[in-house]
Amino acid sequence: MSIDWKGYAPAGFFDELFSDQGVSRAEAEPLISYLQSLSDEEVIARKNAAEATIREMGVSFTVYTEGGNIDRAWPFDILPRVIGKSQWDKTAEGLKQRLRALNLFIDDLYHDQKILKDGVVPEFVLKQSSNYRPECEGISPRFGVWAHICGTDLVRDSDGQFYVLEDNLRVPSGVSYMLENRSIMKRVIPEVFENVSIAPVGDYPEHLFDTLAALSPRDVSKPVVVVLTPGIYNSAYFEHAFLAQRMGAELVEGSDLVVLDDDCVYMKTIAGLERVDVVYRRIDDLFLDPEVFHPESVLGVPGLMRAWRAGNVAMANAPGAGVADDKVVYAFVPDIIRYYLDEEPLIPNVETFLCYDDVQRQHVLENLDKLVVKPANESGGYGMLIGPHSTKKERETFADLIKANPRNYIAQPTLALSTAPTLVGKNRVEPRHLDLRPFVLQSADSYVTTGGLTRVAMKKGSLVVNSSQGGGSKDTWIVDTGTGAE
Amino acid sequence: MLSKVAERIYWSARYLERVEAMARLVSIYDKLLFDLPKQVDLSWYNLIVINSLEEGFNKRYSVRDERNVVKYLIGDDDNISSVVNSLRAIRENIRTTRDVVPADTWEMVNELSMFVEDNLANGLKRSMRHEFLETIIKSCQQIVGLLYVNMTRDEGWEMVLLGQNLERADMTTRNLDAAIAAIVQVADDDFAVNSRQIIWGNVLRALNADQPFRREMRSSIKGTPVVNFLMGNEEFPRAISFCLNKIVTSSERLPKGDDAIQRTNDICKEIALDLQAEEFGEPFRDDLNELQLSLADLHGLIDKAWFQSEH
Repeated sequence: MSIDWKGYAPAGFFDELFSDQGVSRAEAEPLISYLQSLSDEEVIARKNAAEATIREMGVSFTVYTEGGNIDRAWPFDILPRVIGKSQWDKTAEGLKQRLRALNLFIDDLYHDQKILKDGVVPEFVLKQSSNYRPECEGISPRFGVWAHICGTDLVRDSDGQFYVLEDNLRVPSGVSYMLENRSIMKRVIPEVFENVSIAPVGDYPEHLFDTLAALSPRDVSKPVVVVLTPGIYNSAYFEHAFLAQRMGAELVEGSDLVVLDDDCVYMKTIAGLERVDVVYRRIDDLFLDPEVFHPESVLGVPGLMRAWRAGNVAMANAPGAGVADDKVVYAFVPDIIRYYLDEEPLIPNVETFLCYDDVQRQHVLENLDKLVVKPANESGGYGMLIGPHSTKKERETFADLIKANPRNYIAQPTLALSTAPTLVGKNRVEPRHLDLRPFVLQSADSYVTTGGLTRVAMKKGSLVVNSSQGGGSKDTWIVDTGTGAE
Repeated sequence: MLSKVAERIYWSARYLERVEAMARLVSIYDKLLFDLPKQVDLSWYNLIVINSLEEGFNKRYSVRDERNVVKYLIGDDDNISSVVNSLRAIRENIRTTRDVVPADTWEMVNELSMFVEDNLANGLKRSMRHEFLETIIKSCQQIVGLLYVNMTRDEGWEMVLLGQNLERADMTTRNLDAAIAAIVQVADDDFAVNSRQIIWGNVLRALNADQPFRREMRSSIKGTPVVNFLMGNEEFPRAISFCLNKIVTSSERLPKGDDAIQRTNDICKEIALDLQAEEFGEPFRDDLNELQLSLADLHGLIDKAWFQSEH
């Protein structure tokens, strides 16, 4: 007795693997027929093997609780999510287009602000943005690129179309889990890799290194690249260490670096000080440099901004890049693409209502039970109202919040997020909602990961995929069916 | 190499050595107690004394029996040198230096750490203890082997050698100290010669030194040749002189090693002087104590030269 795939029904949403009850999509066909050949015992054994592998590999993330910080094993579903190659290729182009435009936008904001003068984006968006850094005005990073690494959250609606839900331009995380998910799958169900043409994902660290190395202010054959982490108590520390290791870069904390009077950054080595060329920082702007931002920050490096402004060190992402990582700016990205690139956006936005606008705010307040309300500058899924799942009291609280600070809120329709079959209990499959975070790189060249990190809401009916709030993940397969059809 | 990374590797190597030595010490002690005549009153508490852990142990336990001693050395959260805590330290250090050690190191350390935490209860049961400790010892050797065959011979490798050899030298002084403490307790009766031989034999076994000793010294197991071998031999990897020579070689390959080299050479002279003693009884324990202090001092110089920055 094996999993009952015939009985699997997509439950009224777009399903990634099944077009109808018991009918798999062409790109998922070989996977499903392989899974059908597994007995219950084999499925359970592989699920257990995946869990043991995760424990042994020490794939973990940190959750902050009152009882101290807990390293939790990464929740993982062994059933992958499959996307056809031709659809993915188009999506990847759209992601590159979007980041190109966003970088032109950021560079413009810190220089002439043409887009504001031309009235495409209203001026107050910038004035009130908590992520705009006046300290960055007039600075010209190499290639005009500020956001070198972007994690873009994509969702599929019931029409099967990908939409951009969010651009993460500050310190996006998750790429190491994408890579680890693949190595877990290769250990746990190696057979299927022989029969299905699944695009590899493993070259990301090389591309990341090239992206970073291209930023080096010194013309040296081996630029010194460091990954700056807030330390082991950061929830993404595992990833910081992982990427440093895969890139052959040094993993440093603020206390390992020093900026001297020559405005250069050095790291403290056993032989003395060694100059640093590129800092891949995984610390928020405001903690980077106590000389400029939070004076009490111990995570950062005093003088780092001085060195960056002098052009003696490159930082990725550049300080101030987060200005485009704002949910109000998000609503304008399609216009931003048209304005700078004179192209139509290849991937649409989710319909977004801006609460600062009187008409749109009225609509939001009247439809709070149907909409998702988000603060403009939060990440990680915190501080949100999910209308259909909310209580009257919560809606009243949000109505007050919106009225008090309309600029800080946006609202979007509740999306019918796509689903994929997910292993529940021992051997049942049920649809669960998911999203996709591909990672986009830009410096001298552009690059998009093959697929990305699929995050899945493990609870039935839930739309919250964040790992800090009970989400899990799946391996993401870009599969070439060889027919050009999707 | 970053100073902080160097420091973490150095400590990982020290703790790795400590875990193996601790597991070895406990497993040998079992057998030692079986072999000694019943008249010899040798207590498990000696293991606490050798490792200078009296204060912490007595704060925690009032009964100095086998169960408490083994528990304190292997599984106690309050004892920073316990096997579980040493493993946690290794795990944390490797987790933060994954970018410089061979990729599998992390997984192996993680596995060992999980094994010990999951099977701690077996370490306390005499019938299961041997297998439990044996697994720990083998896993440590596996990890050291992984480093040995895979690690680039750069500064990181020298840090492994510095940590490993300093910890070894220190452990060997403690084993010698334990032996002499036990021998002093042996009553001067008909069983004395036999008991002394058993004690020295166990020290050699604890350090995996019995075969090399016999081949090198061609002597029966007696105090003077054993002490000479374990302190003065330059070929056996757990002999103190061997360890010190390694520390000199590694320091020579690193920048700024002059102070460490100078101090290590002084310790070698100290040992030569100690070995001139006519017999190795109670007064020799003071020499060993001095030697431990010198090694702690050497650690301070290593710390100053490579782990601290003037900026």
